[in-house]
Amino acid sequence: MANSMNIFDVAGRAMAAQLTRLNTTASNLANARSVASSEAEAFRALKPVFRTHADSADMATVDVERIVQSDTQPKKRHDPTNPMADADGNVWEAGVDEPTEMIEMIETARQYQNNVQVLQTAKSLILETVRMGK
Amino acid sequence: MDKIFGIYGDALALRAQRLNMLASNIANAATPNYKARDLDFDKAIASLAEGGSPSDSADQNIGYRVPLQPAMDGNTVELSTEQTLFAENAVQYRTTLSFLDGRIGTLRRAIRGE
Repeated sequence: MANSMNIFDVAGRAMAAQLTRLNTTASNLANARSVASSEAEAFRALKPVFRTHADSADMATVDVERIVQSDTQPKKRHDPTNPMADADGNVWEAGVDEPTEMIEMIETARQYQNNVQVLQTAKSLILETVRMGK
Repeated sequence: MDKIFGIYGDALALRAQRLNMLASNIANAATPNYKARDLDFDKAIASLAEGGSPSDSADQNIGYRVPLQPAMDGNTVELSTEQTLFAENAVQYRTTLSFLDGRIGTLRRAIRGE
């Protein structure tokens, strides 16, 4: 059993995964309301796919397996004055649902904080164990 | 050594294992289809007291958490439950640690002849 995980790997990798999720949410919010000339070119929300990475019987952390485009459809809007408009005077707004992304952001922050708390608790318990009997 | 420290050494190991399992549950709070697991400490320590081996006592008393309200994505981690149990287990780890600390202090005083 080479490179077996410890509690710091579990919480640390979970934090990295949550940070990736926060990055996708930031990209999605940054691109919300951006317009494109065709449905195919329009931005679609990005979503990370989380997958459990189990090490031993009692340790499991999480990795981002891949990042996929969501199936939120871009919205067609008639706006002939827009320089990006196509021949029919339509533009496509990015397929991003802003309320969903905001909720996602708050949930990500909460779960990141939980992992930080786990790290702090584990660190202090281990340090106390090291000092045992002194 | 076993007589000096009694059951506390094994209890500390079980507490550490449970800490790892609860940390794994918290880490997987957003993973679809992840099933939260936990160690039944009371049963594990009872089986140890009856003379079971430490690894068997732990492995035979691991179970899956029954969620209060199952999520649509098949994940059974409920953060409020896991956080409470994590905090409780951390306090119990500290308690066991201070029992061990006391035992070491007693021995130290006996050796010095205070």
